[in-house]
Amino acid sequence: MEDDAPVIYGLEFQARALTAQTAETDAIRFLVGTQSLKFDNQIHIIDFDDENNIINKNVLLHQAGEIWHIAASPADKAVLSTCYNKTSDSRVVSCAAVWRMPSDWDSGNHESPDDSAHNPQTLELLCHLDDSAHRNAACVLWEPMGDGKRVISLADNHALLWDLQESSTQATVSSTATLEGKGQLKFTSGKWSPHHNCSQLATANDTTIRGWDLRTMSQIYCIENAHGQLVRDLDFNPNRQYYLASCGDDCKVKFWDVRNVQEPVKTLEEHSHWVWSVRYNHSHDQLVLTASSDSRLILSNMVSISSEPFGHLVDDEELSEGEDNHQEDKSKEPLKDSVVSTYEEHEDSVYAAEWSSADPWLFASLSYDGRLVINRVPRALKYRILL
Amino acid sequence: MDADGSVSDESGRRRRVHGMLKLYYGLNEEGKTPEQPQSLDPCDINGPHFDPELYLNKLRRECSLSELMDHETCMVKQIRSLDSDMQTLVYENYNKFISATDTIRKMKNDFKKMEDEMDCLSANMAAITDFSASISGTLQDQHAQITKLSGVHTLLRKLQFLFELPARLNKCLELQAYAQAVSSHRRARCVLQQYSHLPSFKGIQDDCNAIMEKLAQELRQKFRDGGTSAKDLSECVELLLQLDEPAEELCDKFLSHAGSRLELDLQGLEAEIKPYPPTPAPKEAATRRSSSSTAVGSPSDNNSPKTLSLPSPTPNTDILEFIDRGCNEFVSSLCLVITSYQELFVNHAQTGELASKNIPQMANGKLQAFVDDLAARYFSLVERRIQEEKGVGDNSLLVRALDRFHRRLQAVAKLLPGSAVPTRGTEIVVRAATERVKQYLSALQSFYMDSLTDVRQALATPRLSVAGGGTHLGGPAAGRDAPSSLPELLSSLSASILNQIKSVLASVHLFTAKDITFSNKPYFKGEFCSQGVRENLVVNFIRFVCQSSRQFCESAGDKGGSTPPALLLLLSRLCLDFETSTISYILTLTDEQFLVQHQNPITPVTTLCGEAREAAQKLLNHYVKVQGLIISQMLRKSVETRDWVNTIEPRNVRAVMKRVVEDTTSIDVQVGLLYEEGVRKAHSSDSSKRTFSVYSSSRQQPRYAASYTPSAPMDTNLLSNIHKLFSERIDIFSSVEFNKVSVMTGIIKISLKTFLECVRLRTFGRYGLQQIQVDCHYLQMYLWRFVSDENLVHFLLDEIVGSSAHRCLDPSPMEQSVIEVICERG
Repeated sequence: MEDDAPVIYGLEFQARALTAQTAETDAIRFLVGTQSLKFDNQIHIIDFDDENNIINKNVLLHQAGEIWHIAASPADKAVLSTCYNKTSDSRVVSCAAVWRMPSDWDSGNHESPDDSAHNPQTLELLCHLDDSAHRNAACVLWEPMGDGKRVISLADNHALLWDLQESSTQATVSSTATLEGKGQLKFTSGKWSPHHNCSQLATANDTTIRGWDLRTMSQIYCIENAHGQLVRDLDFNPNRQYYLASCGDDCKVKFWDVRNVQEPVKTLEEHSHWVWSVRYNHSHDQLVLTASSDSRLILSNMVSISSEPFGHLVDDEELSEGEDNHQEDKSKEPLKDSVVSTYEEHEDSVYAAEWSSADPWLFASLSYDGRLVINRVPRALKYRILL
Repeated sequence: MDADGSVSDESGRRRRVHGMLKLYYGLNEEGKTPEQPQSLDPCDINGPHFDPELYLNKLRRECSLSELMDHETCMVKQIRSLDSDMQTLVYENYNKFISATDTIRKMKNDFKKMEDEMDCLSANMAAITDFSASISGTLQDQHAQITKLSGVHTLLRKLQFLFELPARLNKCLELQAYAQAVSSHRRARCVLQQYSHLPSFKGIQDDCNAIMEKLAQELRQKFRDGGTSAKDLSECVELLLQLDEPAEELCDKFLSHAGSRLELDLQGLEAEIKPYPPTPAPKEAATRRSSSSTAVGSPSDNNSPKTLSLPSPTPNTDILEFIDRGCNEFVSSLCLVITSYQELFVNHAQTGELASKNIPQMANGKLQAFVDDLAARYFSLVERRIQEEKGVGDNSLLVRALDRFHRRLQAVAKLLPGSAVPTRGTEIVVRAATERVKQYLSALQSFYMDSLTDVRQALATPRLSVAGGGTHLGGPAAGRDAPSSLPELLSSLSASILNQIKSVLASVHLFTAKDITFSNKPYFKGEFCSQGVRENLVVNFIRFVCQSSRQFCESAGDKGGSTPPALLLLLSRLCLDFETSTISYILTLTDEQFLVQHQNPITPVTTLCGEAREAAQKLLNHYVKVQGLIISQMLRKSVETRDWVNTIEPRNVRAVMKRVVEDTTSIDVQVGLLYEEGVRKAHSSDSSKRTFSVYSSSRQQPRYAASYTPSAPMDTNLLSNIHKLFSERIDIFSSVEFNKVSVMTGIIKISLKTFLECVRLRTFGRYGLQQIQVDCHYLQMYLWRFVSDENLVHFLLDEIVGSSAHRCLDPSPMEQSVIEVICERG
């Protein structure tokens, strides 16, 4: 079975920020934020036409500064948040804000594509997620599967829970949690757990991973020295509530059961440099995507710790068929944890990788030189998981 | 005729005359013609055919007259002498004839007298015969009577014996002369049985039976008391057997009695084990051995129960002593029991009347079970004792003990051919040997870990020497005579490991020594050598070394380098040496020493070498990683903690860069101590002078240019992408080769890549960029010499400067000449 060739898209600027448009479930759409100190930064809206294998892009201006992190609202397609650097008077300040895309970004594009390229529309600022006390936002997290009204921002050593009001134009801090300890502690990354009624948060600072209860804003678990070096990213297993993946500068990807944080459940050592991003597939949690500054993207099939360790559950109907079925089951069992594929389309460090929210078999990755690559899960594996 | 006929030679004349006379008589007696063969010559004067005429004619024809005259006188003389001879003879014969006649006459008279006497004699004889007949006729009656009387006499004596029997038996009983009593009774028993219908005999029989019953009772009592020696006991049993005691019961009793005595032996042995303190002091045991071995040396009295019940002299007997005691007391008693038992019940019974009752089989079965049962307990004791043998210092003691143990069991095997005892004994020896091998393995392992700790300490103490240039010693401050430089440490470590392995092999080799009885068992010839020693000991140890080395990589990875990097390097080299030479040497040594026959699947040398190499690789990779991380950490901190936007114009190379170069140099020295140089790609003669204008002008500028004019996708970083297309992808944490250059390349790669990634996360002002330029140039000046391909350093440094230019708010690069001046100033 031949797999479709990857689709490559190049941006003019260097870029680190990538997200899928979470609220969009029909079209395959990714958002990329650029990093440029000289020019107006942009948000590229990448639409992928699955049937024709074509990319359509739209550009929105993000004039506030270079984008370090981008996140899309789970409820409103048009709303997104960014973390960006603002330089003024030879000072660099990190900020976070919620934006709305102009409603007609799509239509105008079709009529005069050349026009839009030269005169991109500008994002509409909804609200800032900063106050004077809390600066240097590292990332913004939307409440998973929420109504787009709750946002967490990680700024220095604070985790701030914001309530967005009046169609997101006003943000107020509803509660905060502060990391305390020796030295200058700083959150580097975080993830809002989709489980437990969205009441848990996991954060990373230096080599430690911490879990927080958002109701009390108190720490619930702490994985000291989760990685030998800095922890770069986290992700929750969408189907198994206690399972958490992390990656970091020790080139490893680790899978944790937060009920027992002494030892990782599993460790992957496939990358030859820092791993910057780890993402579970939203529906098939055995598929794990990792991006690394060794310019590689690796898709792993972690069957043993997924929610379907023995493949698809056998239906009652199939069970009655008897022995043939058992043999089939056995033939399925050797599905072992393995690297499915290594993608080498990038030439520079890959800082971000995301699964599409619309098509569970499709993912995008972004390298520093501004190259976005869209890939699919190999068909053979796809059918093996489905059938 | 005679008168004139003698002319022959004078000398033989007389004799001839005599002979002729004889001849004459002979002729008379035996008839004519014996003269025939003599001479037919008619001229022979002595011949029978003598013809005087012819003779005369002949003489006359042949002789002269004088001769004839002489002849004639001679003839006359001869005739005369012959004549006188004749006369003499006649006289002699006449006299003899007369005396003969006289004798015959006298005989005639004598015979007549004799005849008379003979008649008289025959008459007398007849008279005597008559007399004799009459006498015997009269004595006949009396003789018959006497015979009868003597018969009665013997019968009476027998009867008397019978009647006296009860009393005699009683007396015997009193005197405890049981054997005599039994033999007496045996003699009488049949008779009594036969005549038991007679009341008087019946009485005697009853009496006897009663007494014998008592006797048997007494014997049984004696038997039961157990105070008797084995010899007494066997006598006892023999007697009881003769008394028709049921053999089975006797067997049981005999065995139970012997069992109780052996039990004492066992208890004695057990007592020696029990009070053993948890940590036996080997020295104490050794001294005690010498003192108490003399006591064991007198095994003669070990049959007597008194010595058995003695309290065990020392709780801390060593294994040899213990086994000795076991052998001398238990095993020899057991052998004695077996022999006497077999003597009594098996061999004896086979000849006697008991053979018909299948007694030998029954008895053998019982014995077998008995021996098995006791031996099992003995074995369990021995095994418990062997298990206490934990110290691995002196193996010879254990081997000797096992040898003795095994040897003694051979005696049992000879006595009881079908017994499972020797096999189980061998099993125990085998188990002990395997256990021993295990202990040696763990001893080796702990030795290895200990020596690693020593190395660690040695590395920690003169830490300065490693950083400060390797060969420079920590001085007397170290206070140790331990070698402090890496190669010395390595060689001493590997030598001590090798020595330890050799000594262990030598110790284990004792098990297969020729003079050890069990060494020719198939187990010790085959499996012990191949599986036990080679696989379980040597191979497992090598595996352990590799494995523990690998653990250093894993455990240290997360905890942030708790293992000193130098140790990793050292171990890596050790594993590599293992791979290249040590493993094959050790295995060859083992194979030679133990003559390993490869019938079982064994781990081939190549597999082990592969493992060792893998471990070496892993360690070296880890070393690179750890060292790279140390330098990375410095670089990262230096980039992260600085405000690059508001920095001052660079005047110096930052101190951290100097530190990086220093550390790299010392790492280079450290690695150089253990690894060869390795190959590097040819580099230009003036590498250090290479200018950064290459990237800042030719490559970097177009990249900016592209950025200035936003163009269609795919155009942006075209040039840099094309550049990357043609340069090989760099794997940062990749495997390194076993040489210095490769190691250094790995470390530098990691460091520079970290530098790059950190730079990309920052924003720079004009002077920030210029500082990076200066730093990179400085690194360029010094780092190229360490790596295999200097282009790699160039490429990474280009990337760093390029990235920082990209992240710069005001990218105005510094003049190359200025950079060079700053860098050269230091």
